[in-house]
Amino acid sequence: MNIVRFLFSYIIFPGFLFSAVIGLFVTWIDRKVTARIHWRVGPPWFQPYADFLKLLLKETIVPEGASKILFLSAPLLGIISMSVLAVMLFSMNFDPTRTFVGDLIVIIYLLALPALGIIVGGSASKNPLASVGVSREMTQYFAYELPFLIAMAIVVIKSGGSIKFGEIVAAQQAHGPFLYSISGIIAGVVILLSTQAKLSFVPFDIPEAEQEIMAGPYIEYSGVALAMYKLARAMMFFLLPLFLISVLWGGFADWWAILKFLVIVVLIVLIKNTNPRLRIDQALKFFWLGIGILSIIGLIFAFYGL
Amino acid sequence: MGNAKLWGLKKSPWVFHLAAAPCNNCDIEILDILTPRWDVERFGIVLVGSPRHADALLVTGVINRKSLPRVLRVYEQTPKPCLVIGVGSCACHPHIFEPSYNVVGPYDKYIPVDVYIPGCPPKPEAIILGVVKALKRL
Ligand code: SF4
Repeated sequence: MNIVRFLFSYIIFPGFLFSAVIGLFVTWIDRKVTARIHWRVGPPWFQPYADFLKLLLKETIVPEGASKILFLSAPLLGIISMSVLAVMLFSMNFDPTRTFVGDLIVIIYLLALPALGIIVGGSASKNPLASVGVSREMTQYFAYELPFLIAMAIVVIKSGGSIKFGEIVAAQQAHGPFLYSISGIIAGVVILLSTQAKLSFVPFDIPEAEQEIMAGPYIEYSGVALAMYKLARAMMFFLLPLFLISVLWGGFADWWAILKFLVIVVLIVLIKNTNPRLRIDQALKFFWLGIGILSIIGLIFAFYGL
Repeated sequence: MGNAKLWGLKKSPWVFHLAAAPCNNCDIEILDILTPRWDVERFGIVLVGSPRHADALLVTGVINRKSLPRVLRVYEQTPKPCLVIGVGSCACHPHIFEPSYNVVGPYDKYIPVDVYIPGCPPKPEAIILGVVKALKRL
């Protein structure tokens, strides 16, 4: 009985299947809002599903000289980590007692795995443009991870030094969200911008800059493998805003969460559509000097309980 | 299975723009149909940067000795099934360039072309109509 529930939670709800379906829907929201900003009509609601189906049924080409196993298994890394993340987020939001020591750190690592999958897959594909994209992805990873970790430290301080994810959610349910304070707002801005970079959206789409290096690490991917990358990205787009809501905005165990989720998604899409792409050195400076210093100021505020 | 494949392909044709020595005017018209005014994303058409992601190749220009190997290579790199759409009069026939030493003849001799869109350059509406006809033929 337990094993059935275990498998159900990882494969169907809220694990793989649920977050994949909702994630593809969120990418439709993204495309539709983008289209409305451009004053266009935009794609119909089933567009992401049609794209995904088409990619699944197309030919998958492994380029000559590429490492076949790595090339085909790297896309799965993102999907697996996102499925596990979905289960952790949902179970701990609806039942904060199901937590264990250090699960916040596990979640931070799970959030880093999709980037690792892109790096491994891109390097395995034996394409010069892919390796340019991979080197940018690595640099960008180091850029956004530092302020992201400092923002996590703010959250930990505000929850009274707990590194249990469930306790962080429970503390907010008891005493109100952390977002409604100076350090909370700073942490929110920092996490939102790192989310933007984790999703590689403009202005941080440097690793896959279509106009200069075609699709960067994805350039050699086709068919099923490309579909897996698209799916992992869609799941991230669903789960990262939920993560932000659960660490700062009081968790998502009530109906208000849908509104909060839509606000964050639309904010991300707006940032995406109103900014030009940065160069990689500008992104590094932005994250380490600009946002990094901001997050340290936030840390100091959090220390004094503001 | 076949139906699902056809539906997916019809609803989301991603195009790769393969410029084989055109005068660039056709290319500008192709970019036009991606602008908000014509908004082909309504039909799921997206311009992609890599032939590996493409379902349709938009070829423009008179094919010549220099561009022929590249065109063949890109065609081989595209995962099948894929459509080939010839845009512009140049892609239909070499016309006045026919006697040139450098011209190797129409696309049909080398790769299967699904639809030709005449015009110099064709209007954006004509290009959309051509793509629709190509999709209907599937
Ligand atoms: S058809 Fe006309 S516009 Fe198009 S590439 Fe040829 S000459 Fe240029």
